[in-house]
Amino acid sequence: MKQYITRRVGYCLLSLFLLSVTIFFFVRVTGDPATLLVEPGASEADIAAIHHQFGLDKPLWVQYGIFLASLAHGDLGQSFYYRTPVMELYLSRLPNSLYLAAVAMALSLLIGIPSGVLASVRVGHFWDNFGKMFTLLGLSLPSFWVGLVLILVFSVYLGWLPSSGAGTPLHLIMPAFALGWYFAAAHMRLTRSSMLEVLGSEYVKLARLKGLPQSLVIAKHAFKNALIPVLTLAGINLVIMVNVAIVVEVVFAWPGIGRLLYEGITFRDFPVVQGVVLMGGTMIVIVNMVIDILYAVIDPRIRLGS
Amino acid sequence: MTITSPVETTVPSGDFPFSSRFDFVRLSDFPLIPVLILSTIALVAIFANVLAPHNPEIGSLTARFKPPFWQAGGSTKYLLGTDQLGRDVLSRLIFGARVSMVVGFTAVIFAGAVGTTLGIISGYLGGWVDQVIMRLTDTWLALPALTFAIFLAAIVGPSMWNIVLIFGITYWTRYARVTRGEVLSLKEREFVRLAIVAGCSKFTIMLRHILPNILNTAIVLGSLELGVVIIAEATLSFLGIGVPPPQPAWGLMLADGKQSLMVGRWWLSVLPGCCIMLMVLSANILGDWLRVKLDPQLRQL
Repeated sequence: MKQYITRRVGYCLLSLFLLSVTIFFFVRVTGDPATLLVEPGASEADIAAIHHQFGLDKPLWVQYGIFLASLAHGDLGQSFYYRTPVMELYLSRLPNSLYLAAVAMALSLLIGIPSGVLASVRVGHFWDNFGKMFTLLGLSLPSFWVGLVLILVFSVYLGWLPSSGAGTPLHLIMPAFALGWYFAAAHMRLTRSSMLEVLGSEYVKLARLKGLPQSLVIAKHAFKNALIPVLTLAGINLVIMVNVAIVVEVVFAWPGIGRLLYEGITFRDFPVVQGVVLMGGTMIVIVNMVIDILYAVIDPRIRLGS
Repeated sequence: MTITSPVETTVPSGDFPFSSRFDFVRLSDFPLIPVLILSTIALVAIFANVLAPHNPEIGSLTARFKPPFWQAGGSTKYLLGTDQLGRDVLSRLIFGARVSMVVGFTAVIFAGAVGTTLGIISGYLGGWVDQVIMRLTDTWLALPALTFAIFLAAIVGPSMWNIVLIFGITYWTRYARVTRGEVLSLKEREFVRLAIVAGCSKFTIMLRHILPNILNTAIVLGSLELGVVIIAEATLSFLGIGVPPPQPAWGLMLADGKQSLMVGRWWLSVLPGCCIMLMVLSANILGDWLRVKLDPQLRQL
């Protein structure tokens, strides 16, 4: 067990190392950050001064070392545009993103789990086919387009919901739906297959042989166990949601970290882009590791198998 | 090309008890409509210059924001209306098909080539090569693909071929993983051993004996990945870091259409969205069907 955890943490550190190297070198190699800071046509001396000020005149590996050291202090650098530390900006936007993701997740589970159970109980019947259509649509519609259509219907034609911004719960409905839509489909598909697997197992057959009514077998015996993988996936998806919400946040002008990333891209504010991507990647890598370790704790076959 | 996967016999056939070589030809559940849609889009993309009634990149400012012909104020000159620069929406959609097709297919093929090559090398050679490649795949797999693509695109700058390159280096991991797994079982089989005995070089074995047997899997994965890549391209273009304007990409049209959505100019965002949806939906249905038909091992994916 200890060995498994050590190895898994090792992989995680390797991932984080690769992530930081890739991000660091891509930003450096593809352009001189100094040219973005000075006026066009600035003198050589000015550029040299900026290079010196930001430590850009040092060798690359020294720069990388400084970059890592400041990361360890939670320092992601200074935003070119806002002139404030990136970490501060990030943390001020993060609660909004978490809020949106939490509501979207709740919505996706509320839609996904019941319809998945329904589809598994009625395999090949109407609800199952309906569910198949739903997952196909859910996985095929880009979330930003769902968002735009929602705005068109509920803001422009019906005038029920505000089209952008944040503040009231009403502002949350459409972005949460646009974001949760894809995940609802994913959760439904997993609930269905997980339910089918459990329904085919011996203990469910036994419960049936005992003469328990169908509703009890499904609710009490099958559903509980079928839920485990779904909730695990939901845990990972919550983190993914926070990080892929960028398009939805742009469509609805939601002030989260996705919007921050978008602003960073539009203003060519590289410290912000670099910081947001680095934080997002780190979050996902760490959550993946935690989930893997938890799995190994629960299921000995995993840690012994690999 | 072999039609059924050679490892098929080792897999419990599940709900396909009569799985045979000829199952493939049974057309009863062939996804006809999706294939028709995809081939129509492909044809439209190829013959875009013949089909488009107007120049997609040059508009006339006197004809801005014309609605589609069936709405009041619309005319048959611009069948699907015009955008904020007076460019014909239909022509832009037609040329947009070309962008989506080119980016989608080349990116999938590029990623597939990278991933499959690495997977075959990793699986066949084994040892430290395998270790290095698989560790790389694992770490790459842990990174969020779309966020990473957004980052790269923001840094490298917008261009169609940059996008293809970026998708190639972000989406290859799945091919490598699956291919390696299959190579591991293939290399233990008789025909590979006979090839070794016959004195084939490692390179020849990988190219002539392993690759043809892997191709089915790669094609299935590619068809499933096509939808993902098309959405990713639309997303990048929507964010302004994909295909640069004035090139007519569907994602870009959506982003432009967003500006005038609030005044009810629905055709600027709904129509390109419908095109993306149709294409991705068709690709996904076709991919699912291919998966069931060609490769029973992948049914669980």
